[in-house]
Amino acid sequence: MVPLSHYLILSAILFTIGMMGVLIRRNVIIIFMSIELMLNAVNLTFIAFSRFLNNLDGHIFAFMVMTVAAAEAAVGLAIVISVFRNKPTVNVDEMNIMKW
Amino acid sequence: MELLAFYILGAGAVVTAVMMVIHRNPIVSALNLIFTMFCLAGIFVLLNAHFMAAIQILVYAGAIMVLFIFVIMLLNLRGEDWPPLTWKKLLASFIGILFVGYSLIKIIGIFRGSMLPVATPLPEDFGTTRIVGEKLFTDFLLPFEVTSILLLTAIVGAVMLAKMKIDKG
Amino acid sequence: MLNYIWLIPLFPLIGFLINGFFGKRISKNTVGYIACGAVGLSFIVAVLSFISLLQLTPEHRVFEKILYTWIDSGSFRAEVGFQLDPLSAIMILVVSGVGFVIHIYSTGYMHDDEGYPRYFSYLNLFTFSMLLLVLANNFLLMFIGWEGVGLCSYLLIGFWFEKKSASDAGKKAFVVNRIGDFGFILAIMLIFVTFGTIDFTEVFHAASDKSHMGIITTTTFTAITLLLFVGAVGKSAQIPLYTWLPDAMEGPTPVSALIHAATMVTAGVYMVARCNILYMLAPISMTVVAGVGAATAIYAASIGLVQNDIKRVLAYSTVSQLGYMFLACGVGAFTAGIFHLMTHAFFKACLFLGSGSVIHAMGGEQDMRKMGGLRAHMPRTYWTFVIASLAIAGIPPFAGFFSKDEILWKALTQGNILLWGIGALAAFMTAFYMFRLIFMTFWGESRVEEEVAKHLHESPGNMTFPLIILAFLSIIGGFVGIPLIKGWNKIDEFLSPVFGGHGAGEAVHHSVSLELGMMMVSIVIALAGIFLAYRMYIIAPGIPERLTERHQIAYRVILNKYYIDEIYDALIVRPIKNGANFLWKGFDVVVVDGTVNGAAYLVEQWSKVMRVIQSGYVRNYAFSMIIGLVIIFLFFM
Repeated sequence: MVPLSHYLILSAILFTIGMMGVLIRRNVIIIFMSIELMLNAVNLTFIAFSRFLNNLDGHIFAFMVMTVAAAEAAVGLAIVISVFRNKPTVNVDEMNIMKW
Repeated sequence: MELLAFYILGAGAVVTAVMMVIHRNPIVSALNLIFTMFCLAGIFVLLNAHFMAAIQILVYAGAIMVLFIFVIMLLNLRGEDWPPLTWKKLLASFIGILFVGYSLIKIIGIFRGSMLPVATPLPEDFGTTRIVGEKLFTDFLLPFEVTSILLLTAIVGAVMLAKMKIDKG
Repeated sequence: MLNYIWLIPLFPLIGFLINGFFGKRISKNTVGYIACGAVGLSFIVAVLSFISLLQLTPEHRVFEKILYTWIDSGSFRAEVGFQLDPLSAIMILVVSGVGFVIHIYSTGYMHDDEGYPRYFSYLNLFTFSMLLLVLANNFLLMFIGWEGVGLCSYLLIGFWFEKKSASDAGKKAFVVNRIGDFGFILAIMLIFVTFGTIDFTEVFHAASDKSHMGIITTTTFTAITLLLFVGAVGKSAQIPLYTWLPDAMEGPTPVSALIHAATMVTAGVYMVARCNILYMLAPISMTVVAGVGAATAIYAASIGLVQNDIKRVLAYSTVSQLGYMFLACGVGAFTAGIFHLMTHAFFKACLFLGSGSVIHAMGGEQDMRKMGGLRAHMPRTYWTFVIASLAIAGIPPFAGFFSKDEILWKALTQGNILLWGIGALAAFMTAFYMFRLIFMTFWGESRVEEEVAKHLHESPGNMTFPLIILAFLSIIGGFVGIPLIKGWNKIDEFLSPVFGGHGAGEAVHHSVSLELGMMMVSIVIALAGIFLAYRMYIIAPGIPERLTERHQIAYRVILNKYYIDEIYDALIVRPIKNGANFLWKGFDVVVVDGTVNGAAYLVEQWSKVMRVIQSGYVRNYAFSMIIGLVIIFLFFM
C-alpha cells in the first residue's frame, strides 16, 4: 500500500520541475507545456487526497482543472500564433512590443 | 506490488518531465510530456480514479498535446541552443539545489511527524464513470454548466485571435 | 368612464414624447395639432369622467383606480393610482380645459419662434405633471407631479435661455421652489412616520380616528401641516417665498397664463385643500395659513399699484389672489378657496393672454407708459380684457364677484374683522390697479412709438378665440356658486363630501341681511377703486405725478418692491455665495486639489523609482512570484 506522503512528494517534485521549466526556458511553447505539467501535479494532489479522504469532490476539482487547462491551451496557442504572425519568434524575451 | 508500480510510474514521470524541460527540440519535449501524462494516468489508476485516468489520456495526451504538437509543426520550430554557462548561473543553480534539497528534507520531516490520513477501504464503485458522473450532474451541475460556457468562450477567443490580421505599419 | 381616468394624464405624456423626440422632424402644424389634440382629448375624458362622477350619489363620489404597486418595501408602500373625487374633478377640468385653450393660443403666439416643438413638448409635459399632481392618490405620487410641474416651470421660464435675465429667472424659480419642496418632503416623511402610510384615504381616516382617541397630539398635526404649508408657500408664491413669481414673467406669455396664473401656482392651494382634515386638526397652522394669505394679499396688491410693466402688474395680482385663496383655506372655507381658484384660473388666464395679445401687437413692448389708446386697434382684446378685469375687481355678475365675496364673507364670519379688513383693502387695490392698467393701456392718448404704431393690429383668430372663451367663462363661471339662494350654491354642495361639511362652515348662522349688506360693501369698494383709477388716469392725469413727488420715499420703496429682492440678496444669497467662494478657493483648491495632486505626484515619483524593476521579461515576473512563494514557504516551515 502506497502512503499518501509518497504521492504528495511526487506531486511536489513534478511541480518544481514545471516551475523550473517556466523559469529557465525562453521558448514560449515549452513554457506552456511546463504550466500544463504544473497543473497535472496539482491534479495528482487532488486525486490522492480524494482517495485517502474517501471523498469524490477531488475528482470533480481535477476535472475542472483539466477544463481550464484545455481552454488555456487553446487561447494561449492562438495568442502564440497571432504573435508569431506579427513577429516570427517564440522567444519570450523578444516579445516586448508592449514594453514602454 | 503496488509500491513497485508506483515507483516505476513515478520515476518515469519525473524523468520524462525533466527531459521535457531540458531538451532543446520542442517536438521531443512535447513527446516527453505525453509520456509523463501516461505515467500520471497510471498513478491515477493506482488511486482508484479510473474515470480520471481515462480523461487524463483522452483530454491531455489526446487533445491538448496534439494541439501543442500541431502548433509546433505549424510554426516550424527548430531546436534552440542553450546559452553558455557562466559562473553566475552555476552559483545560482547551486543555491537553488541547496534550497530544494533543504525543502525536501523539511517536507519529509513534516510528513513523518504529522497525522496524514491513511488508506481506508473504499466502496466498490469509487472513481468509476458512473459515480463521478452522478456527482457532476447533481451536486456540481451549475459549475459544470459554467464550464461549458468557459469552453465556448475559449473556442470563440481562439478563433478570433488566430484569424486576426495585424497591419504592419 | 371612471375606469379610464388614467387616460387623462396619458394623452399629454404621449404628446410630450412625440413632440420631444420627433418635433424637429415633423412640420410645425403637426406639432401644434398633436399638442393641442393631446390636451383636448384629456379634456374630453375629464368631462366624461366628471359626468360619470355626477351620476353617483354624493356620498360615493370617491373613485380610486390603482394601476400598479410602485414601491413595496417593508411597511412602506406606494402605488401608482389615481383618485377622482369632487375636488380633483374640478381641478382636472380647470387644468385640462384652460390648458387646452392656452395650447390653442400658443399656436398663434409662438408661431414664429424657433423652439416651437420644444415649447409644445414642455407644455405637454407640464399638463401631464399637473394632471398627475391633482389625480394622485398618495403623497408620493403627488410629489412626483409637484416636482414635474416645477421642472416644466423652470424650463419654460428659461425658454428663451439665450437671454440672461430669462435663464436667471428660471434658476431663481427653481431654487426658491426647492426650499418649499424640502418642506414638502419632510412633511411626507413625517406623515409616513406618524401614520405608517402615505395613501390619502388611509391617512385622512387615520388622522380623524386617532386624534379622537388622543393617540396623535395636536403638535404632530401642527408640525405636519406647517411643513406641508412650507411646500405650498414655495409653489404658490406666498410671503416669504413669492419673489420668483414676478421674475417668472420672463417666460413666454402663454406660459405665464397657464403655469404662473391658472394652474401650477394653485397647486399649493389644492394641496392645502386636499389635506383639509389634517389642517382642521391643527388650529395653529390654520391661523398661520390665514395670516400668511392675508399678508400676501395686501402686500402684493400694494406693489401692483405702481408697476409699469403690464405683465408684472398681473404677476403681483396673481400673488395677491393666491393670498386670498390661502386666506379662505386658513379660515376653514376650503370651498371658497377652491371656488376662487377656479374663477381665478378663468379670468387671470384671460388677462394674461390679453396682455400677450397686446405685447404681440406692440412687437414685444411691455412698458405701459409706452402704450395707450389701443382700444381702437384691438377691440376684441380690449373687450375680453375689460370683462376679465371686472371679474377680478369683483363686480357682479362676473365670476370673481361670487368667489371673492364668499371669501370675504367667510373671513368675517369664521375669521375676524381684521382679516376681513385686510381682504377688503386688498380688493380695493385690486380694482384700482386693474383699471389703472386698462386706462393706461387701452384708453387715453396713444403714447406708442411711431415705428410700432404702424404695425398695430388685432391678433389672429387662434389667439382671440381663446380670449373669447375665457372671457365667457369669466362671466358665467361664478354662477355655480351663488350664495344666499338655497340650492343655487352648487359648488358648495358638490365639494362638501370632500370637506366633510366643515368646509362649508354652516355652523355660524348670520342673518341674510348682514350678508347682503357685506355684499353691497364689497361692490362699493370695487367701484370706488375703479372710480379712483378713472379719476387719476383719465380725468386728471397729473395726479399720479404729483402724488409721487409728494411721497417720494414711499413711492420708491413700493416701486422697488420694498427692496425685498435686495434684502434677500444681502441676507441670504451673498453669505452663501461668499461661503461657497471661500470653500472653493480656500478649501477645494488648496486642501482637496492639493491632496489629489499630491497623491498623484507621490505616485509619479515612486513609479520613477519602481520602473526599473519592470524589465518586461516574463521570466523576471515569474521569478518574483516564486520568490514570494519561497518566502511564504519558509515562513510556514
